[in-house]
Amino acid sequence: MSTQAVAVTPRAARVRPDWMRGWRRRETLVAWLFILPSLIGFTVFYLVPAIRGLYISFTDWDLLSTPTFVGADNYRNLLQDGDFRHSLWVTLYYVLLNIPLQTMLGLIIAVVFDRFVHGSGWRSLLLLPWLMPNVIVALLFLWLLDPGLGIFNVFLDAIGLPKQSFFGSVGQAMPTIAGVNIWRFVGYTALLILAGMQRIPKDVYEAGAIDGASETRMFFNITLPLLKPVLTFVLVTSVVGSFQIFDTIAVTTKGGPVDATRVINWFIYQQAFERFKFGYATAASLILFVILVIVSLVQMRLLNANESDLA
Amino acid sequence: MADLAVPQPAEIEARRTRRGPRIERDRTGAWIVLALLVFITLFPFYWALRTALSTQRDLLSDPTNLLPVGFTWASFKAALGMISAEASVAAGGSGRVFHFWRYLGNTFLVSTLVAVGQTWFSAMAAYAFARLHFPLRNQIFTIFLASLMVPGIVLVIPNFVLIHDLGWINTYQGIIAPGFLMSPFSIFFLRQFFLGINRDMEEAAKIDGAGYFEIFWRIILPMAQGPVLMLGIITFITQWNDYLWPFLVGRAENVRVLTVALSVFRSQTPNGSPDWPGLMAGTLLASVPIMVIFIFMGRRLSESIQFTGVK
Repeated sequence: MSTQAVAVTPRAARVRPDWMRGWRRRETLVAWLFILPSLIGFTVFYLVPAIRGLYISFTDWDLLSTPTFVGADNYRNLLQDGDFRHSLWVTLYYVLLNIPLQTMLGLIIAVVFDRFVHGSGWRSLLLLPWLMPNVIVALLFLWLLDPGLGIFNVFLDAIGLPKQSFFGSVGQAMPTIAGVNIWRFVGYTALLILAGMQRIPKDVYEAGAIDGASETRMFFNITLPLLKPVLTFVLVTSVVGSFQIFDTIAVTTKGGPVDATRVINWFIYQQAFERFKFGYATAASLILFVILVIVSLVQMRLLNANESDLA
Repeated sequence: MADLAVPQPAEIEARRTRRGPRIERDRTGAWIVLALLVFITLFPFYWALRTALSTQRDLLSDPTNLLPVGFTWASFKAALGMISAEASVAAGGSGRVFHFWRYLGNTFLVSTLVAVGQTWFSAMAAYAFARLHFPLRNQIFTIFLASLMVPGIVLVIPNFVLIHDLGWINTYQGIIAPGFLMSPFSIFFLRQFFLGINRDMEEAAKIDGAGYFEIFWRIILPMAQGPVLMLGIITFITQWNDYLWPFLVGRAENVRVLTVALSVFRSQTPNGSPDWPGLMAGTLLASVPIMVIFIFMGRRLSESIQFTGVK
């Protein structure tokens, strides 16, 4: 009994790393049983596909015939492929339309909720658009923004402005899609930021108020600096998500008009499932992966670099 | 609570006179933001409802009326299969068949299985990662975490190939398999909660001779009931909303889920004049389960989601 009591104390376990002892072997065995289903799921649907994807990206393959190994040809061709490069620019354009506005609006909403709105009933309203499927959100806005009958255009018409084609125009399609996704994600962003804000002790604001600081000043001098970790999290995850936009485009513009909204995921989808160029598509997806890793690292570096100044 | 930071009466008085008017002005701004937010969040749903209850013909002639024009339940009835295609056409619908009940059943089946399987197996793994000591624990966990960085599309193509090779295209197991055994996010989310559970009860149970599974089942799961339930619901909703994967592997009528069905329904309708009342009726019906979850769980869900941001 007494040995067992010692054994279960994690600290004691760490001092003696010889996990080959009897009780230790049992714990190891149990632990592996506990993680076994996840390990199988991970291996079959994450690890092996990742490795297989890497292999496929070095082949020319239409899914049905035998893959031909082509070395780095897919990557070389992609980098010269005007359509692929265009899709990268279009995606970047989308991210730039989407993220800054979404984050700023999220911040404003979070401040309003943090300082003035009490009761979590209101807060859950922020979650509603985020809970809706992309497909449903896309359909709702397809109707609201319909060039002929959509209420937006009817309204524009009523106040004497020309009707707009929104999803149907080369120039407007991307901003429109960005707007739709801001509608869907801004509340979620605000909720995450709000969670960070509520961890800031209230007496910091009390002190600020006593010193006669305005809400605006308190926001810039207290809230924003203390919010850095949460903002980093929000920015990194939302940028990574934004780069992968697909559903909204699949339902509304299908990459068009012309190629105005052919973002990278739509390009990959077309290469794989419309042209059956699986090697080419997989190589493109891996380039996206590399881009995302770089973008995330740069963001974290930038946001952390400032952190030390403020500490 | 004795709080040393509480301002003295004189200070409070000073603050009141100095900040009184400003707070009022800020508050008005806050209420305007809140009112706008409520309107922007809810209007698309209201407009969909108004459209679904209108007659196609009358929508053309009276696009501005805030109430349904030519009020009719026909679109809902058609979507629910309560009237024949002929009757639906007579009422101005497209007459396209939308087997709502079948798609709903499919979506429920798929989402429930993934939510239950993924939550259960991820909880087991999360317990092992949070509490048990075994070789390679940290390495495996780090690899799981790293996979969160991999964009979905990278794994979608090889996973599609795998499901294709297994002959699982257009089967339930094909749609369910990748999410059934785990998701790195679920394991990470639950591990964070399990780490926060006080160890005293576990230690006591161990001394009483309880096994690891008993501790997991009788102590960890009950104490983390709320988070486990919330994760189950988030997983359910994520699966409910998923589009690309079921679109790729489950387009056939008999396994089609709602998101796929809606996008197919939309692409079948003629481009010039889609059956908007029909489409909006289907869209609203497809979002009813999410709405129900939102109404009953919205508050707790928003709290759980906030937790993901600050950890």
